[in-house]
Amino acid sequence: MTVTVLQFGGSNCDRDAVRALEHLGIDAERRWHADGLPAETDGIVIPGGFSYGDYLRAGAMAARAPVMAEVRAAAADGTPVLGVCNGAQIGAEASLVAGAFTTNESARFQCEPVHLRVERADTPWTAAYDVGDVIRVPIAHGEGRFEIDADAYETLEADGRILFRYCDADGDVTDAANPNGSTGNVAGILGERETTAVLMPHPERATLPDVAASTDGQGVLRAFA
Amino acid sequence: MTAYTATVTVRLKRGVLDPEAETTKRALERLGFDLEDLRSADRFEIDLEADDADDAAERAGEMAERLLANPTIHDYEVTVDQR
Repeated sequence: MTVTVLQFGGSNCDRDAVRALEHLGIDAERRWHADGLPAETDGIVIPGGFSYGDYLRAGAMAARAPVMAEVRAAAADGTPVLGVCNGAQIGAEASLVAGAFTTNESARFQCEPVHLRVERADTPWTAAYDVGDVIRVPIAHGEGRFEIDADAYETLEADGRILFRYCDADGDVTDAANPNGSTGNVAGILGERETTAVLMPHPERATLPDVAASTDGQGVLRAFA
Repeated sequence: MTAYTATVTVRLKRGVLDPEAETTKRALERLGFDLEDLRSADRFEIDLEADDADDAAERAGEMAERLLANPTIHDYEVTVDQR
């Protein structure tokens, strides 16, 4: 089981992702996007960062790199694909998931711990949790506001594709607990298949006990185990 | 072939929150300007050779569809001028 952690120009959470996965006993290696996916890969992480300086829109350039066609094909085949932060923005721009991540309501870059309520526990990403569990992980983004038109949002909800919502410490999904103005407090969603997920918060920054304020993010990464 | 400049204007759909425009509006008000509302947009000026203006507009429209705009949040318009 080897997980490919893609690197674009400006990715900066790739090493963190590898460290976090290895801590959980999961083999992972970084891969420069222009080299394409390895012949065999058991999972793909699109890590955080500022690919291509967030030019045009966060994730817009990386989403159109040739490797993303390979990622879409792998996702369609059921290979687990996780986009984190800039990886989530890239995933949305590449149509791996519905919607878009755009400028925070505050118009500020926000780097802070948040609480997430688990909306689905029957996916690879959330098998370690129960529905309604509250986990604590950090966010670090300026463009994390989930935007989607009302009809598409209804479909997303009806299809059960919402994985995590921003909530308060008690698990209540409130406006006050919404750090960026996301529609429906959405923090993470599933793609066409449940093996594809993107989230703005950083599970890899909530995995290593020596450096993280919480290790609640481990469950997400265990999808690759 | 004729030389054209295609101008693609990309703006947020009506109803999509624009925190940058809101911040800019507040800054203008702090400078003493009186304004009702402010919207921002991205404008791309693309120089290209095309058979005619329709051809130039079609190609610029495809650029908007494939990269310059995100259909989830944006509308766009294309105008073409001969250079």
